[in-house]
Amino acid sequence: MAIDIADNSEIGEINKYNFRTETTGVFKAQKGINETIVRQISEIKNEPKWMLDFRLKSLKTFEERPMPKWGGAIDIDFQDIFYYLKPTDHQGKTWDDVPQEIKDTFEKLGIPEAERKFLSGVKAQFESEVIYGSLEEDLAKQGVIFTDTDTAVREHPDLVREYFGKIIPPEDNKFAALNSAVWSGGSFIYVPPGVKIEFPLQAYFRINAENMGQFERTLIIVDEGASIHYVEGCTAPMYSSESLHSAVVEVIVKRGARARYTTIQNWANNIYNLVTKRAYAYGDATMEWVDGNLGSKLTMKYPAVHMMEPGARGEILSIAFSGAGQHQDAGAKLVHAAPHTTGQIISKSISKNGGRSSYRGLVRVEKGAHHSKNNVVCDALILDDISRSDTYPYIEILEQDVSIGHEASVSRIGEEQLFYLLSRGLTEQEASAMIVNGFIEPLVKELPMEYAVEMNKLIQLQMEGSVG
Amino acid sequence: MTKPTLTITNLHVSVGDKPILRGVDLVIRHGETHAMMGPNGSGKSTLGLAIMGHPGYEVTEGSITLDGEDVLAMSPDQRARGGIFMAFQRPMAIPGVKMADFLRHATTNVRNPERKEGEELIPMREFRKELKGKMEHLRMDVEFARRYVNDGFSGGEMKRAEILTMAMLQPTFAILDETDSGLDADAVRLASESIAEIGREKMGLLIITHHDKLLEHNPPEFTHVMLGGRIVETGGSELADELHTNGYDRIRKAHPEADALNQEMLSEEAVEA
Repeated sequence: MAIDIADNSEIGEINKYNFRTETTGVFKAQKGINETIVRQISEIKNEPKWMLDFRLKSLKTFEERPMPKWGGAIDIDFQDIFYYLKPTDHQGKTWDDVPQEIKDTFEKLGIPEAERKFLSGVKAQFESEVIYGSLEEDLAKQGVIFTDTDTAVREHPDLVREYFGKIIPPEDNKFAALNSAVWSGGSFIYVPPGVKIEFPLQAYFRINAENMGQFERTLIIVDEGASIHYVEGCTAPMYSSESLHSAVVEVIVKRGARARYTTIQNWANNIYNLVTKRAYAYGDATMEWVDGNLGSKLTMKYPAVHMMEPGARGEILSIAFSGAGQHQDAGAKLVHAAPHTTGQIISKSISKNGGRSSYRGLVRVEKGAHHSKNNVVCDALILDDISRSDTYPYIEILEQDVSIGHEASVSRIGEEQLFYLLSRGLTEQEASAMIVNGFIEPLVKELPMEYAVEMNKLIQLQMEGSVG
Repeated sequence: MTKPTLTITNLHVSVGDKPILRGVDLVIRHGETHAMMGPNGSGKSTLGLAIMGHPGYEVTEGSITLDGEDVLAMSPDQRARGGIFMAFQRPMAIPGVKMADFLRHATTNVRNPERKEGEELIPMREFRKELKGKMEHLRMDVEFARRYVNDGFSGGEMKRAEILTMAMLQPTFAILDETDSGLDADAVRLASESIAEIGREKMGLLIITHHDKLLEHNPPEFTHVMLGGRIVETGGSELADELHTNGYDRIRKAHPEADALNQEMLSEEAVEA
C-alpha cells in the first residue's frame, strides 16, 4: 500500500532507511493524529489489513467521541503529541536528559544503574537476556505465549483476532478509541488450559517490550484452569517527556482459571495517565487487580471485572497517593452478570500537600445475577488541611436476592495517633510515614516481596516530599 | 552528686480556653515513686499529658524542667528521647503498623537521641532477642509482636503493651496513667515486677491512679492528692492507704474551694461527653 509522504517533510527522512525492517531505522511520526499517521504506524509494524482497518475505524470513533465529562480536568492538545516513536529514538536520549528528581528517586530506591537506564527509557533492554531466555524457553515448552503485542499480531493472528478489542471495544470511551488507533507495544500472554505459572511474570516484559509505548496495549488470555500473576511496570518511577499515557489492558479469565494483575505506577508529574483496564471472568474463575497509582498530573483509572458466569469472582485492590498539583481519580468497577458471583473492592487513597484523590466506583448487579455478593471498602487518608478527597460510588442493583456492602471512611492523620508515636520518640516525619504505611498495609501485603519493599520506600520518599 | 530531677513549678494548663491545672508544684527525683491520686476530673491525666507535650494541652503559666533543661521548649519526641515516658490510659491504635516495627523505631530513637532520619535501626537480631525476652517476662505471646499497635487490643492487652514499651525504652522518668485499671491481679504483679526490673532506683515514677493496685507493689514515698486542678495534700504511703480505705470525703471537706472547682470541671466534662 502507498503512503503519501511527499508533502510531509518532517518524516521524509524515513525514506533513507528501510523502515519495514523492525530492528533498524529511526522514525518519529509527525506530531498530531490523523489518518496518515495511523496508516504509517500500521505500515511500519507490517500489520495485516484487519488491524489497519481496526485502527482506522478506531480513529474515527476517537474523533467523534466527546471528552469524558467527569473525572479530572483534562487539558490536552491532541495535535501536540507524538503518537509513535521507534525505540531507537528512545536510545537517542541520554542519562543526562533524565530529570534530577527521578534520578534521585532511583538512587534512593537503590536501583542498579542498568535498570535505572531502562526504567527511564534511556535504555530499551536489560542485560541479562540469557537467564530470561531460558525461563522463557521453559514457559514455551508448556505452551505459554509471552511476547509483545506487536509480535503477537504477526505470529499469533488467530488468537489475537479472537480477543483483541472484544473486552474493551474502541467505542468504550474516547481514550480507548485513541489507544486502539495508535497503540504500540504492551504484553501479549496466552496461558494454555491447566498451566499454572507459579512466579510473577514481569521480567519478560522488560525484555520483550522494546517500546513501552505511551499507548501500550496488553492482552492476556488465561485458559481453563490455568493461573498467572502478571506484574506490570515496577514501583520505580517512569518518566516521559510526553504528556499522555493511555493504555488499554484486556484480560480473559476462562472457567476455573485465576489471574492477578499487579500494577504500581509512579509517573512523572506532568503526565495524564488515562488507562482502561477490564477483565472478563467466566465460571468459577477469579480475577484480581492490584493497582497502585503514584505520580502523574491526572490519573483516571478504574480496573474492572465483569463476572460473566456463575461462581466468578472479582477482587480489586486499589491505592492512590496524590501530592501537590496531582489528581488521582482512581477506583474500580465490578459487574455481576451472572448468579452466584462474588466481588470485592478495597480502595485506599492518601492526599497530601494539596493533592486530590477521588474514589470512583461502580458496582452493578444485572438482572438475573441473583445470589451475588459484593463488598466495597473505601478509605481515604488526608494528611493536611489543603488536600482533598472525594468518593463517587455508583451502585446499580437490578436483582432482588443479593448481598451488597459499602463502607467508606475519611480520616485525617489523627493528632492523637501522631502524638502517640511522637511520645515514643519517633520524629513527626517517621510517625506520619508509619501511619501511612500502616494505612496501605492491606495492599502492600498482597505484593511480591521485592515490590512491597519498593512500595514502602516509595511511600517514604513521597512523605519526605523529595519526589514530586 | 545530685540525682536527675523533674521539676514542675506553678503549672497552669488549659484545654481550649478551659483551665484545668491551676498551679501545680511537684519535684520528682530519680529513685522516687510518687502517687498522684484524686477523684475523676481533678486534672491527674492532664498533668501527665502536659509533661509529655500533648498539643491539645496548653501550658499558660509555669515551667517544667528536666535537670534544669526547659521541657516546654521540647517537642514530644524530644521529650521521649530525653528520657520521659508516659504509659497512656487509652493508647492509640495504629492500624497496619506491627508492634515490633513500632518498638524497633522507638527503641532506636530513644537509645540514640542523636539519630538522624534514615540512619540504621538497632540490628534486627539484637532487637528481637531483647523484645522476646521482655515479652516472655510479661507472659505475652510472641504473636503479639506481629499484631498492629493497639489495634483490637483488649484493655488488659493495651496496658501490657504500654508496660512492654516502657521496658524497652527504659526511661528516666515514667508517668503511668491508670496503668493498673483493667489489669487482673497477675498482670498487676507482672507490671510491678517490670517496673522493679527496669530499676526503681534508675527511674523517677509518677503513678496516676485512683486504685492502689500498682501501689501495693510499688509503695510510694510521696502521695499527692489532686483536687480542682491543684495538689491539695501531700503525704507518704499512709495517705494512699487512707484514701483507699476512706475515699475523698475528708479531702473534699478540708478543701471546699478546690472541691467546688472539681465539681464544675466534672459537670463541663459531662456536657461535652
